[in-house]
Amino acid sequence: MNIYKKRKIVNKIMITITVLCTLITLVPLISIFISVISKGILSINIDFFLNIPKPVGEPGGGMSNAIVGSLILIGLSCLWALPLAIFGGVYLAEFGNNKLGAIIRFTADVLSGVPSIIIGIFAYLFFVLPMKSFSAISGAFALGIIMLPIVMRTTEEMVKMVPNTLREASLALGISRFRTTISIVLKTAMPGIITGIMLAIARIAGETAPLLFTAFGNRFWHQGLDKPIAALPLQIFVYAISPFDDWHRQAWAGTLVLISMIFIINLISRKVMKSSYKIY
Amino acid sequence: MNKKWIKLIDPLFMRTTMILAVSIVVLVVILLFSMTKQSMLSIHKFGLHFLFDSVWNPVTEKFGALPFIYGTFVSSVLALLIAVPISLGIAIYLSEIAPLWIRQFLGFMVELLAAIPSIIYGMWGIFVLSPFLREFVQPFLCKYFGFLPIFKGQFYGVGMMTAGIILSIMIIPTISSVSKDIFLSVPLDQREAAMALGATQWETIRLSVLKYAKTGVIGAIILGFGRAVGETMAVTMVIGNKPEIAISLFAPSYTIAALIANEFTEAVNDLYVSALIEMGLILFALTFALNIIAKLLIQSISGKLR
Amino acid sequence: MENVIVCKIITKNLNAYFGNYQVLKNINLSIPEKKVTAIIGPSGCGKTTLVRCMNRMHEVTPGAKVEGEILLDGENILAKDVEPIEIRRKVGMVFQKSNPFPTLSIYDNVAVGLKLNGIRKKYILNEVVETSLKHAGLWDEVKDRLNIAGASLSGGQQQRLCIARALAIKPEVILFDEPCASLDPISTKKIEELILELKKDYTIIIVTHNMQQAARISDYTAFMYLGELIEFDNTEKIFTVPKNSKTEDYLSGKFG
Repeated sequence: MNIYKKRKIVNKIMITITVLCTLITLVPLISIFISVISKGILSINIDFFLNIPKPVGEPGGGMSNAIVGSLILIGLSCLWALPLAIFGGVYLAEFGNNKLGAIIRFTADVLSGVPSIIIGIFAYLFFVLPMKSFSAISGAFALGIIMLPIVMRTTEEMVKMVPNTLREASLALGISRFRTTISIVLKTAMPGIITGIMLAIARIAGETAPLLFTAFGNRFWHQGLDKPIAALPLQIFVYAISPFDDWHRQAWAGTLVLISMIFIINLISRKVMKSSYKIY
Repeated sequence: MNKKWIKLIDPLFMRTTMILAVSIVVLVVILLFSMTKQSMLSIHKFGLHFLFDSVWNPVTEKFGALPFIYGTFVSSVLALLIAVPISLGIAIYLSEIAPLWIRQFLGFMVELLAAIPSIIYGMWGIFVLSPFLREFVQPFLCKYFGFLPIFKGQFYGVGMMTAGIILSIMIIPTISSVSKDIFLSVPLDQREAAMALGATQWETIRLSVLKYAKTGVIGAIILGFGRAVGETMAVTMVIGNKPEIAISLFAPSYTIAALIANEFTEAVNDLYVSALIEMGLILFALTFALNIIAKLLIQSISGKLR
Repeated sequence: MENVIVCKIITKNLNAYFGNYQVLKNINLSIPEKKVTAIIGPSGCGKTTLVRCMNRMHEVTPGAKVEGEILLDGENILAKDVEPIEIRRKVGMVFQKSNPFPTLSIYDNVAVGLKLNGIRKKYILNEVVETSLKHAGLWDEVKDRLNIAGASLSGGQQQRLCIARALAIKPEVILFDEPCASLDPISTKKIEELILELKKDYTIIIVTHNMQQAARISDYTAFMYLGELIEFDNTEKIFTVPKNSKTEDYLSGKFG
């Protein structure tokens, strides 16, 4: 066969293979979507959002406490981790071009690669043991640790992207470094930073493993932030591995709610990111 | 008053942000330290044998890590075997062949896969993938390939195979995105050199992109391996959670992460907890090493490309 | 008796676009066989685009379009049923910045075109590699270290390696796109001498922004300005008695 013909055939085959690889990957994605939406929609009702779990066999159980619990955990994590991460990122971007900065970046990278279950162990040792109780605080600590490196690095990148001319213009007017960074640099970088924060929130919203022995879960409303608290992914897990059909149904409902939350946050963060490009 | 303020505020600002940034290092150091300290009990009791003992019995207080190391390793390698060719195919297609709008659209789809949390993969695994494997795939494999030791024995739907498949789906976005970015940054003149010699599109990709980016792609693969090793929820929901070493892919198994997830809250005595924390330390060391190697490999090629 | 000039490449009403921007306007150019034709003109006049049309590399850029005909030995290479990869075997190219494959050895760099075409026999490859490197004037400098990486040579050597690589597949035409732009004067001289040797066997087209280089080595010169072919003639005639005032202005340095 003509050598050119042969090479063209090989070319076509290889390209087809790469297309197939891409299409194959869409199969599980579509399957997951279809199952979550179809099974979840059937199981969602008003009880789900208003009630707390009921004993097996009793109808009308819900996950209201888990949804609220997740929101509380996310809120608490943001409360402690965001200031640390944002200002840490500012340090890395503005002053961190040295050995210390390199160490900090390295540590952040290491931390972001640690499996979340191990971070759960961390939080257990730090809070659960001394407090002798599972708690929302320990759960928020674990989730915050997961957020830290993500938001720190995103903040660093976004602040670095602010053009130096802006800084110089401000400093030339006699404005302090502090003021310049806060009022001008941070403000300009804010959309990008917010995007990073939202992506981090979307990430921790779905985290289950670090909460298994920190927040621990709760069939009822939590009795204080120093006591166990329910969380949506935890509740889904407990119900999913149970032998009860009704609980499986509710687990699907929870899955639908969870994935909707995550995707909405992702979409919003994309919109924010797109609008931020108008600034430059 | 103003002058004094300005003189003080800037160094103070720098100091404050520095302290906040350093706190992440302090955090990690303390955590490593406390984990090691808590593992000491188990380390002293079992020593190096811990890594090679295959008995895990909380009742008799005999703990050995081997079944879990085996399970972690095999499930992740299985995931790689499936994920690597597919990820490379995706990366090549999206970076070299697809028109821009397809690249953006499909790239977004792959990102969606990455955004799905582990628990939801687990749900899908238990209620969709497992029954599918149990009813269609595993009987087929058993019937026609049952002479192979990896397809021998009873199948339940859950087990090593299911875990490997789910893990592969979860790490495809990681490997393909990193590889795609590496391919995209190979300079144009390399491709033009191949094209000017009359190379077909595939030959151009092979010559100028793949060969060039080999180190980085290996880094991407190791990164995926690290992710698979640390995956917890999806694995624990589909792997069967049995601490046994078996050759058959149909058999249930157990990983380090799944073990910790399942038994940590049930650990009633200090030795048990300590053994579990030691397992955590092993997992941490493993993922740490993998991530460092991966980062070095990927950075070596970014340096070359810049 | 009149000398009949055989033309290797003839462009007919050649127009080229990047999206909506027209970069070549109605080019009608005849390139004589086995001679050196230089294409000169200020930056942005379209000279690189013109040669990239000749080996169908122009269309590789997204949004690029070509209209018209380019005849290679009388056959239109822009025709729909013509396979670009076959054209590129006949019309080779040496780029402005040398681009040897960094992961391949010197030997493999030269042999790569042959291997693509299915030639694997060691003795054939050995022979072609040696001939091509000799033709490119690089053999003596590298014959003992053919296995080292292609990228570990100096700039001038790398460019000659790229020339050897192009020669190995035995093209009929070689396009040089500002080949000496990033080289020192000594390497430049070596390559210019090489081109004068090569024209015995190959039709050479060289794009250059260096007028003196064009005057030194070319037999014919085409002057382009803003996408149009302004003048084409014997090099001697163009440089001494240019017919077009624009040509004269460019050559005398009134604009660049």
